[in-house]
Amino acid sequence: MSQATLRVQKISGHAGSVPGEGAQREYTVCKLIDTTTCIGCKACEVACMEWNDLPFGETSFDNTYQTMPETRWNYWNLILFNEHEKEDGSLMWLMRKNQCMHCADPGCLAACPADGAILQYTNGIVDFQQANCIGCGYCITGCPFDIPKMNPKTNRVFKCTLCSDRVSEGLEPACIKSCPTGCLHFGSKEDMLKLANDRATQLREHYDFPQAGVYDPAGVGGTGVVYVLHDASKPELYGGLPADPHIPWSVKLWKGPLKWLGNAAMIGGLIGLAVHYLRFGPKEREETIKEPHEGAEP
Amino acid sequence: MNQAEHAVPPGRVLRYNYKERLTHWITAISYIYLLMTGLAFWSPWLFWLALILGGGQISRMLHPWIGLIFAVCVLILFGMWASQMRVDENDKAWFKSVRYYVQNEDEQMPPAGRYNAGQKSLFWGFVVCMVLLVLSGLVLWFPEYIPWNLRSLRYIAVLVHASSALLTIGLFLIHVYMGVFAERGALGSMVHGDVSLHFVKRYHPGWYEEITGQSTSPKK
Repeated sequence: MSQATLRVQKISGHAGSVPGEGAQREYTVCKLIDTTTCIGCKACEVACMEWNDLPFGETSFDNTYQTMPETRWNYWNLILFNEHEKEDGSLMWLMRKNQCMHCADPGCLAACPADGAILQYTNGIVDFQQANCIGCGYCITGCPFDIPKMNPKTNRVFKCTLCSDRVSEGLEPACIKSCPTGCLHFGSKEDMLKLANDRATQLREHYDFPQAGVYDPAGVGGTGVVYVLHDASKPELYGGLPADPHIPWSVKLWKGPLKWLGNAAMIGGLIGLAVHYLRFGPKEREETIKEPHEGAEP
Repeated sequence: MNQAEHAVPPGRVLRYNYKERLTHWITAISYIYLLMTGLAFWSPWLFWLALILGGGQISRMLHPWIGLIFAVCVLILFGMWASQMRVDENDKAWFKSVRYYVQNEDEQMPPAGRYNAGQKSLFWGFVVCMVLLVLSGLVLWFPEYIPWNLRSLRYIAVLVHASSALLTIGLFLIHVYMGVFAERGALGSMVHGDVSLHFVKRYHPGWYEEITGQSTSPKK
């Protein structure tokens, strides 16, 4: 725990400075998911459950390979299977491992009112601290990727931790370790972007994917999870991956201008009333009111 | 006047009966709880308000329920007072010369009835804000059940809830200031129910005419 404080760069709902900010030298970590080499084996799903000791839950069957429609509070890593019809009429799989994107500018953290319920570590991992979570669900509203999920029993929100426990010990996340095709990589953001761009170039130049590219959306300051996509111009095809994700404008308005306007109005109002009282006083002084009722009381 | 009411001392008039007073104070207490917990969620600098009220989790859990109590109370007040709060021409004139009211030169004001235009505005402001707060509050109560394709509901709800709450804070501050500090006798009227005829004449001349004109008591 002593080290943990030093590894934090952003704290949700926190008044004042971040205690350990800038105390440690760390590089931003990143997970690279190459959707073009994913075979949909779900080893990453199993590894996630194994490492995090998540309970086995009911899966659903909707005539696809997909384990369940979306991630759950206790199922943080889910491959989304999309059968895509190409222009020539042939079919191809677009499979995307979906989990928290670990945004550099996290909407969940911006929306969260509870002190210390969401942390962003110096290495970029965004982690929920359920002990401090109050269950308001604002993070659900703040997230542009529909990732935080509420545990209905405990009213606390959960999501992928990027195996922050493993990473802090110098290990790669469990999902990375389990991937049999090497479509998952883990390292510094810099290295992963290099690898991703090389792969995208390869796909454009040597394969039939002229639109291949890297998904590292700038709207949320870049993400701690980057994708290589066959067609980077249409990320929506991959189970609704937003083309231009950003913190919802209403959340920004609410946590920005509205907050300062509201605070100024409240403080100004209090001062205004106090000044009014000093300037004009009550509408009538007590001693001028002759109320028989009051005189009769002891 | 209400038959079930205790005897009003001589020289005084019943302004708020028992049901009105009770509902008012339940509304007031629930509002103050909502205000404190709401402010805790509003700003990290005020999160300590949630801590003195039992912690963030408890505050998050109770805030919506207390909100329902508040909403029901405002509805009851609406049922009791709406007909007395109709805005008329006199109220428009009142607002035109509100400057004199602020400067305590009440003799320059057009005579107010049982409620002046400011009080009526407060009433309607709270009713409208209550409706907005309940509607947006229901979305905020169960954000996890709002499907992803209806997420704009959540986006609207956070803004509506915060804005209308801020509006009620403005109304609340003025209300408390007027009732406790500016108009001596107003707070008492909500506690004991009665006001002096002097108070009626001073602040609600229209109402004074109404009751003294048809008063059955021989002398005041």
